[in-house]
Amino acid sequence: MTDLTRFTIAQAREHLRKKDFTALELTDAYIKAIEGHRDLNAYIVETPDLARERAKESDYRIKTGDAKYLEGIPLGIKDLFCTEGVQTTAGSQILKGFVPQYESTVSQRLRDAGSVMLGKLNLDEFAMGSSNKTSFYGNVKNPWKAKGKNDDLAPGGSSGGSAAAVSAHIAAAATGTDTGGSIRQPAAFCGIVGVKPTYGRCSRWGIVAFASSLDQAGPMTRTVRDAAIMLNAMVGHDPKDSTSSPLPMGDMEAALGKGVKGLKIGIPKEYRPDGLNAEVNALWDKGAAWLKAAGAEVVDISLPHTKYALPTYYIVAPAEASSNLARYDGVRYGLRVPGNSLDEMYAKTRAAGFGAEVKRRILIGTYVLSAGYYDAYYLKAQKVRALIAQDFEQAFQKVDAILTPTAPTAAFGLNDKITDPVAMYLNDVFTVPASLAGIPGSSVPAGLNSDGLPLGLQVLTKRWDEETLFRVSQVLEDAAQFPSLKG
Amino acid sequence: MSLDKATVRRIAHLARIEVPDSALEPLAQELSGIMGWIEQLREVNTDAVAPMTGGTDMKLAWRKDVQTDGDKPEKVLANAPDRHEAFFAVPKVVE
Repeated sequence: MTDLTRFTIAQAREHLRKKDFTALELTDAYIKAIEGHRDLNAYIVETPDLARERAKESDYRIKTGDAKYLEGIPLGIKDLFCTEGVQTTAGSQILKGFVPQYESTVSQRLRDAGSVMLGKLNLDEFAMGSSNKTSFYGNVKNPWKAKGKNDDLAPGGSSGGSAAAVSAHIAAAATGTDTGGSIRQPAAFCGIVGVKPTYGRCSRWGIVAFASSLDQAGPMTRTVRDAAIMLNAMVGHDPKDSTSSPLPMGDMEAALGKGVKGLKIGIPKEYRPDGLNAEVNALWDKGAAWLKAAGAEVVDISLPHTKYALPTYYIVAPAEASSNLARYDGVRYGLRVPGNSLDEMYAKTRAAGFGAEVKRRILIGTYVLSAGYYDAYYLKAQKVRALIAQDFEQAFQKVDAILTPTAPTAAFGLNDKITDPVAMYLNDVFTVPASLAGIPGSSVPAGLNSDGLPLGLQVLTKRWDEETLFRVSQVLEDAAQFPSLKG
Repeated sequence: MSLDKATVRRIAHLARIEVPDSALEPLAQELSGIMGWIEQLREVNTDAVAPMTGGTDMKLAWRKDVQTDGDKPEKVLANAPDRHEAFFAVPKVVE
């Protein structure tokens, strides 16, 4: 029955309603598919028993006519979302064995909508990375391979397990989180759709915090329609997150067919630096042509502070992380390494429990917040961040959406030696500005490069305008006819 | 901006991360590399710019200052590495 994994959420939902197969059959098909793809290392924890239990409950509700919005749809949950009774590690050794006693708001919403959790998906440690290589639980492999080659490729990060699982049909869809591109970049690398909604759309409650002013949950799916369905279920005001928005989002599925006729699409010249990969450049032009052919007007725009986004991000995010990660001290949960004093216990626990990249960012964050440096670095970065947000505000007075590549390259090799942290950070050069501005963004798989690897196009819109984001994304998807992996 | 070994030792202490002496120099070089790259922000004129301090333009919502949850000691302590009765246990702090 593994062929059931070929269906999108929209299709599977229809079949379940028509009783063509049961939720248990669908879940079993995914469980079998997961077992067959353990080489990808996409799941840190598989929860087949829990999944079957919830699938049976779904079947009961379908039988009694009480089917909910995502009834019986098997999902993977990024291991950054706290899940009641199921280990949650954030990809870190310091949280090995941590079993939350509560459910994050977003995963609770998906549960309440009738979905079935298949397990917890691998990620870069504390969502800090663009390759999934920083996970304590081993790297994830991208299900795609370059034409004629057998080298393992990075799935991107930090939501690399989510992207690989959705691409390889071992989850119907997955949750991701995006702090500087962690949904969009892996979506592009694995040839799937990823959506980071406006900051404040999804509650952050129960999501392990990395950088609180940037973190935002979103869906990772095989189609734009599935992303709309997932996002519909994930968003909503939550009194437990003071930055969660009370503004209603509306039904994104209803926005999909509206097209782009009459919309103005901006092409920011700063996203075309000298030396930009020629294939990425060509696909971007193609994307603009598709939107034009669908009735949009394509105009050149400028986002003058773009080049400062990455260094700004690498002050703001580590600063917030150094504060958020102070809680991992070996006292209340997770790893503890004994010491002769409380201070020594803290220092030994954190030395043993955090990986190199997490330590690097905590140290940078501590430094830029320390006495004498706060104004020169942290305050300065907050001011540049304001200018970056202002760039977008001004652009959106002229255009309805912005089109860019998602990442500067296709997936790189897992064995490529990237020893310079800054070289790794450059993966997020096109995604970080929108994260700093808090605006929504999507990545849509739009074509293959000459190696046969997926490339994504990114759509950005103004705050709270997910509707336009989905309209543009749908037109790109329709035009691209992307050859997704088969289930 | 270049960070020396003493600075790395100081911030590692502030961050409560034990760093062996042998790792201080390579770490100092690595962090100096990152901070050097960040220096380019100095080019940007931010004289009249108000800092953006969060991810949203929304005003923070008010709520009543009341207890919304609690009285779950077993759940709170469920993941404790060490406990004593209804408390987290830690090495002796006060002599």
